[in-house]
Amino acid sequence: MNDLNLFGLFFASVFTSNILLANFLGMCSFIAISKDIKSANGLGMAVTFVLFITTAVNWGILELLKMLDLTYLSFIVFIIVIAAVVQMLEMIIDRVSPALYMSLGIYLPLITVNCAIMGAALFMQIRDYNLPQTLAFGLGSGLGWWIAIVALAAIRGKIEKAPIPQGLQGPGITLITIGFMAMAFTGFSGMIAVQ
Amino acid sequence: MSSTSFLGNLKDNLWTNNPIFIQILGICSTLAVTNNLINTSIMTVALVFVTAFSNVTISLIRELVPRKLRMITQTVIISFYVIIVDILLRAYFPEIHKNLAAYVGLIITNCIVMGRMEAFAQANPPLISFWDGFTSGLGYMAVLLVIAVIRELLGFGTLFGVTVFPIYNPVDGSGWFTPWGIMVTPASAFFLLAGIIWAAKALMNRPVAAKAPAPAPQAATVGGKA
Repeated sequence: MNDLNLFGLFFASVFTSNILLANFLGMCSFIAISKDIKSANGLGMAVTFVLFITTAVNWGILELLKMLDLTYLSFIVFIIVIAAVVQMLEMIIDRVSPALYMSLGIYLPLITVNCAIMGAALFMQIRDYNLPQTLAFGLGSGLGWWIAIVALAAIRGKIEKAPIPQGLQGPGITLITIGFMAMAFTGFSGMIAVQ
Repeated sequence: MSSTSFLGNLKDNLWTNNPIFIQILGICSTLAVTNNLINTSIMTVALVFVTAFSNVTISLIRELVPRKLRMITQTVIISFYVIIVDILLRAYFPEIHKNLAAYVGLIITNCIVMGRMEAFAQANPPLISFWDGFTSGLGYMAVLLVIAVIRELLGFGTLFGVTVFPIYNPVDGSGWFTPWGIMVTPASAFFLLAGIIWAAKALMNRPVAAKAPAPAPQAATVGGKA
């Protein structure tokens, strides 16, 4: 059992163990959608929202699986839960708040196969978090992802006009930028860490 | 779009349309394990297995699955194979299974697997689909192994856990190699991958200089979908 306190866990999952920069999760959409701040912000918000909800739901489902001794099914169950939750959220948001749907809607289907969501569920299982820890970890990871993608989009906007060697344009320079961001974020790691 | 001849397909997936440095797919789950060659090898073998077999499965049932249900079908098929890999690893390599931990499960959301199903297996017969999955996996394997060799050699002075560069020991003066701390951190994986992308693009663009921007939009759409 993890003996970190909740605030420590939250802080660690936002900064030192950032799900994107330390664990490389959610890279695909991170690179594809980080071209401008507005859509990066929208995607970040959607990921935070979905990640928080799905890890909590998956925690409950995992407890159920443990009771039935079916934990080897966890992968398949997690991904189906994620797909179902995303689908339901899409419908609910559409009904309740069309304005929010307009800003989040197009990103929601992308999120089903975002590695960060699945990764958070798996980390939750492996590290054996209890419910409050799961909530802190889910929220922290989502926020960490959000911060990272907005920061990257801002930097990419700046380096757009920089004279970059031709072969390095696009994904190449983006990866180098992410590398520097990873170094900056791991700078916090003397303070606190989750393994 | 990938070629449907066996040799052309191999060339496509290993070089001209490599899943990692051209399509920028599937880097999510596995960069994290590239600081250790043994883990990387196991992980990439697992991915080759999953991609090949999920491709052949989806290709066999491609006419039975309604279009609307294909995403969920694909996901379930991938999860099925990943669970097999997970159980095999747990049984035969418990130590490595512990190191890889969540990353085995993350093969499910690896964009390459789903990308190949969507782009290839959905529209092609089983045998060539199997081959396509296999070669895509190899293209992925090649890049990751290069990164892993560099990271393990410079980060720990070892290859497959065997000492190649003896690490300098100030107490008895043995060895001469000082490990590069950065190679152990996540940041180095990004730098190395960027370097590989740069090198590959530079090599590819030698004859036709104007080719560079072409793959970018494709990577964006496929990456978004997968």
